[in-house]
Amino acid sequence: MTTTKPPGQPERQKHGRMWEQGRGRRRGEELMVPQATFSSYYGRPVVKKPVWEELDIAGYLFTGGIAAGTALLAAGADRTGRAELRRAMRLSSLAALSVSGVALVHDLGRPERFANMLRVFKPTSPMSVGSWLLSAFALPTAISAADELPQLIPGPLRPLVQRLAPAASVAAAAIGSGVATYTAVLICDTAVPSWHAAYPEMPFVFAGSALSGSAGLALVLAPVAETAPARKLAFFGAVLELASSQRLEHRLGLVGEPYREHPSGRKMKLAKALTLTGVVASTLLAKRSRAAALAAGAALVGASALTRFAIFEAGVVSTEDPAYTVAPQRIRVEERAHN
Amino acid sequence: MSRLSGPEHDVARDAGYDEAPPRMGFFTDTSICIGCKACEVACKEWNGVPDDGYNLLGMSFDNTGMLGANSWRHVAFIEQSKPVGQQESPREGVRWLMASDVCKHCTHAGCLDVCPTGSLFRTEFGTVVVQEDICNGCGYCVPACPYGVIDRRPDDGRVWKCTLCYDRIGDGLEPACAKACPTDSIQFGPLDELRERAHDRVDELVSAGVTEARLYGDSPDDGVGGAGAFFLLLDEPEVYGLPPDPVVPTRDLVSMWKHAAAAAGVFLGLGLAAFGGRNRR
Repeated sequence: MTTTKPPGQPERQKHGRMWEQGRGRRRGEELMVPQATFSSYYGRPVVKKPVWEELDIAGYLFTGGIAAGTALLAAGADRTGRAELRRAMRLSSLAALSVSGVALVHDLGRPERFANMLRVFKPTSPMSVGSWLLSAFALPTAISAADELPQLIPGPLRPLVQRLAPAASVAAAAIGSGVATYTAVLICDTAVPSWHAAYPEMPFVFAGSALSGSAGLALVLAPVAETAPARKLAFFGAVLELASSQRLEHRLGLVGEPYREHPSGRKMKLAKALTLTGVVASTLLAKRSRAAALAAGAALVGASALTRFAIFEAGVVSTEDPAYTVAPQRIRVEERAHN
Repeated sequence: MSRLSGPEHDVARDAGYDEAPPRMGFFTDTSICIGCKACEVACKEWNGVPDDGYNLLGMSFDNTGMLGANSWRHVAFIEQSKPVGQQESPREGVRWLMASDVCKHCTHAGCLDVCPTGSLFRTEFGTVVVQEDICNGCGYCVPACPYGVIDRRPDDGRVWKCTLCYDRIGDGLEPACAKACPTDSIQFGPLDELRERAHDRVDELVSAGVTEARLYGDSPDDGVGGAGAFFLLLDEPEVYGLPPDPVVPTRDLVSMWKHAAAAAGVFLGLGLAAFGGRNRR
């Protein structure tokens, strides 16, 4: 007996959906995916949505970047004799690291077991690597900050802290480069479609966002006379961030959609506009007036936070619609079948 | 260090066991599933899995919805208009697909790879199990699973999933779901044997005219290095809510770290550039 496969299934029975339907494709927008029907199981997601609280984890992506970027600025300020910038950056770094720690522990399902993070060292887990990285970052960050607050250190320890502080600042900056970028690996090493596919660009977006945000904080906190390097760094960071996120959004095609559309995409656009405003203001105006520096700096800090929240939300959006999981995989399967 | 992707002949040895029993798994033959949900019930009973409320989902007879922290077996129900048996033409909603889904116990398991505490581990049977006394509920495994299996219990804070009845198989018993399955749609045994049996079954079905029969998750060459729990399906995987070409996220981990290292270099380089140069002040 032979059976013949019926041609074309009616939409309804396959619980499928047309790709281009209801997606609000705008005029002139390039068609990223060939028109095809994809099935799903009653429209249910395939991969699980991250259980992370947005405020905790998107917040940490931001504060971790600030902790790292301000450590870098503090080391530079120390080497070039900018005392007030150094003080502001060292204390900001410790503050941002502390907020990060609180957010990370708060997000655990079992916060009292946070120490289990250091139970093993596991290179296949970016979160394990990150836990050790943050622990290594904490010591020099604490020493550098202590150097700015001698009145809080017991007398006999003061000379030691003073002696160690310059090296600690350099160490914090070096380890900070890892802290600023590993978080990209952290979110990209998941099955979340819009995060995983973005792994080549994400560390550069995060590095740029950390630099511009931290430089922005320097503009807010330090006197104009000492912030010339921060203004440069804001420029470098913003260019890095904008260029890499532009590349990310356009390379990704379909799974790049959450970075371009949806509320997450709108947040992303707003973040970019704010980065651009901040960097133009900091480059052109911030050296002239303290008020302009304050405004430019605040814009850059806000933009850095907004970028992280937008990226976090884009990932979540991509898990909610099975199309983002199924379509790229289905296309891979078809391509393999043809080759 | 062990491989992050691709075929892996001996998962238990790779995980550090010098001597291990054969790798055990499930073969779920959905062509003989009758949708009785005995597997769901047996699993809950044996493993003490809490109920997740009385939900009417409006998805045929499926009121479980999907695998999760409190559903370690999930029976999917799909109603299609396709000719069945000797029928010539399709009739409205007459073809039923029923399939009992479960954790795949991947050769390269995303959940296991990313777990920072070592709570998730590879057993001597080659299965993947959560140690509940170690899990701190970081939630990283949840989005790391390409099949969306493992999840966190909100009230408990830890993650849960199928253990392939680690406590039973250690005593030579079969897992509760397989034991309860009245049609042997769920078969438990050494993975090598199951794979052979499954290929025979597909051949049998295809020669009987069920040309749409295909295996899912049986190939060591797939994106997770082959699943420890694989399936015989009668339609595309996505029809059952399964990803058509799942890939363990960690496959790209080395490349991810290389990109991150380059970005870290740029980060430091830009710092140097900002403070160096002409005006030192």
